[in-house]
Amino acid sequence: MRKPIVAHRKDGAVPVLNSLPKTPTGVSGLDEITVGGLPKGRTTLVCGGAGCGKTLLGMEFLVRGATQFGEAGVCISFEETPEELASNVASIGFDVRALVAEKKLVIDYVLLDRGQVEETGEYDLEGLFVRLAHAVDTIGAKRVVLDSLESLFAGLPNEAILRSEMRRLFRWLKDRGLTTIVTAEKGVGTLTRHGLEEYISDCVIVLDHRVQEEIFTRRLRVMKYRGSTHGTNDYPFLIDRDGISIMPVTSAALQHTASTERISAGVPALDEMLGGKGYYRGGTVLVSGSAGTGKTSLAAHFLDAACARGEPCVFFAFQESESQVARNMRSIGIDLEPWIAKGLLRFHAERPTAVGLEMHLVRMHRVLAQFRPRLVVLDPVTALAQGGSLSETQTMLLRLVDMLKAQRITAMMTTLTQGDDAQGQSAAHISSLVDCWLHLQNIETNGERNRVLNVLKARGLAHSNQVREFLLTARGVQLQQAYLGEAGVLTGSARRAQEARDASVDLLMQQELDRRQLAFERQHKALEAQIDALRLELATEEQEWRQFSRQSAAQLRQKGEDRELMVRSRSADASAAGGKAKRDKGAKV
Amino acid sequence: MKDKTPGDATESFERALARAPKDQHYVLRLFVAGTTPNSLRAIQNIRLICEEHLQGRHELEVIDIYQHAGQLAAEQVVVAPTLVKKGPLPVRRLIGDLANRNRVLAGLDIIPRPAPE
Repeated sequence: MRKPIVAHRKDGAVPVLNSLPKTPTGVSGLDEITVGGLPKGRTTLVCGGAGCGKTLLGMEFLVRGATQFGEAGVCISFEETPEELASNVASIGFDVRALVAEKKLVIDYVLLDRGQVEETGEYDLEGLFVRLAHAVDTIGAKRVVLDSLESLFAGLPNEAILRSEMRRLFRWLKDRGLTTIVTAEKGVGTLTRHGLEEYISDCVIVLDHRVQEEIFTRRLRVMKYRGSTHGTNDYPFLIDRDGISIMPVTSAALQHTASTERISAGVPALDEMLGGKGYYRGGTVLVSGSAGTGKTSLAAHFLDAACARGEPCVFFAFQESESQVARNMRSIGIDLEPWIAKGLLRFHAERPTAVGLEMHLVRMHRVLAQFRPRLVVLDPVTALAQGGSLSETQTMLLRLVDMLKAQRITAMMTTLTQGDDAQGQSAAHISSLVDCWLHLQNIETNGERNRVLNVLKARGLAHSNQVREFLLTARGVQLQQAYLGEAGVLTGSARRAQEARDASVDLLMQQELDRRQLAFERQHKALEAQIDALRLELATEEQEWRQFSRQSAAQLRQKGEDRELMVRSRSADASAAGGKAKRDKGAKV
Repeated sequence: MKDKTPGDATESFERALARAPKDQHYVLRLFVAGTTPNSLRAIQNIRLICEEHLQGRHELEVIDIYQHAGQLAAEQVVVAPTLVKKGPLPVRRLIGDLANRNRVLAGLDIIPRPAPE
């Protein structure tokens, strides 16, 4: 089982857990595995089969020592001439000739041609000792590589002498305080062909390469490291133009800090679905879906938005080439070329079967270390499963996710599901690793397929539970409002038809409304006219009434006066007449 | 140990025909490690052989590897003592204290090589 061995610190330095002095190799990853480097002033045995990188490891140890740590080195080569060595390592970017000229490196080629050598009696390896001492003293070397010491066994006939001299040599190296790498060929059933491991007990590193599922992977293992903790796993490593690079750690314990910063998914409607602001920075987003559901397009939006914010991004493409992705994304209105030209977006396109899973991890690790992106897209991770079994892929992805999280890189992975099953095997086995899971589906209705998107999970985000129709338009991804019809959620032309039907119903209603309104207004006007007529009538009636009442009052007054006149003229009882008059006055008022 | 390839065989055959062993001049260099027992024995042994077989037709140079450490790489000296026969060609290296006289003589082409057992 892979266990966390080394807790990485932010600055990449390795905490020193023990007091054994160590010499950093500078070989990427090896110092992490060995918790600081090789034992200082002691001899390390590097063994392995032909072509597994022993010489290169030795040379890188020397070159990095000279260039990075200011420690000169001596290589005693028993197999290759200095010229051969220099040209061999030139291909991985080491300028050995310059280092030799600067007196930081001595390469001494020891030729032992058994055809030229006649053994005539007792001897020892003092000549080699003196040569080595001379080379070390000339440049004040601190590091020595003997590559490969076992060639002596082929060149010199007397094994008994050699064995005792080996012991003396390692003693001598230790006494001189030289940090040494001795390389040796793997034997049958033993670490080395001539049993050098008997003499070297401080540190043993085994290199190996194997072919699994037709894929070649180099591996490194620290078999023994006396007095020090070390990583015990088989670590895959890579030899490329920058030398050896080892992917050291499975996983730092789950201790990455979670960011509360949110970053846009590049599609405003999707940000809305994810609680308004998009994903969490440093999160891992899984986009699952069957073929042609728009996974890469969604990823391109994400990248485009990140590049627009000026964040460096890496696109790990396992199925398409850089130009193919760029061309396809142009068709939906996303132009990635300017970002590539600006150096913000880097493509790393590789067939999943090109190398093993481990090697993919190592290469990604390397790309991440070099480019330091804020955001990566892996499209699609399921392709990686072609290079290994499901469980291997899952383990590898787990390590990848941990690696990304440790570096606080936001990642989007796409996976290809079989059919339209949301819980498809290929997606389900990594779903627990991710923080946010978007699922894209093709829904087939009425003889057409339409894309829909929903958020299956989003840790820590108040996300929408709606299934939204997902359109790929010339202006990128668009999410339609979910259309809820009588028969459920409608998509595509069914949605459009329903919308049209609804629109026509609406139109009719509107027309009816308008008609009613007109009718009412007409009625209103008619009634108003009637009211006016009645008012006029009322006014006439009133006027007539007033005229009548005035006439009547006048008539009544006239009658009273007449009557008084009559009483006076008859000379009737004055008092009676006066009382009558008073009564008349009251009626008048 | 014997030359096996046809080219070498022809060459050595012709050389064998052409040479007159008795008057070839020998240039010998003996690399020793100071005054260790092996070194002293080797010096003594080669002196005896030279007196017996190469009287008047040899140059012998005894070199202390501690004093001439820089020369060792060029001379491809790995063990001590090493006797390098620079001439006549081919160059040959004899390692050890030169106690096995027959082997030394054969190595120096003074006597024919013994047939391989």
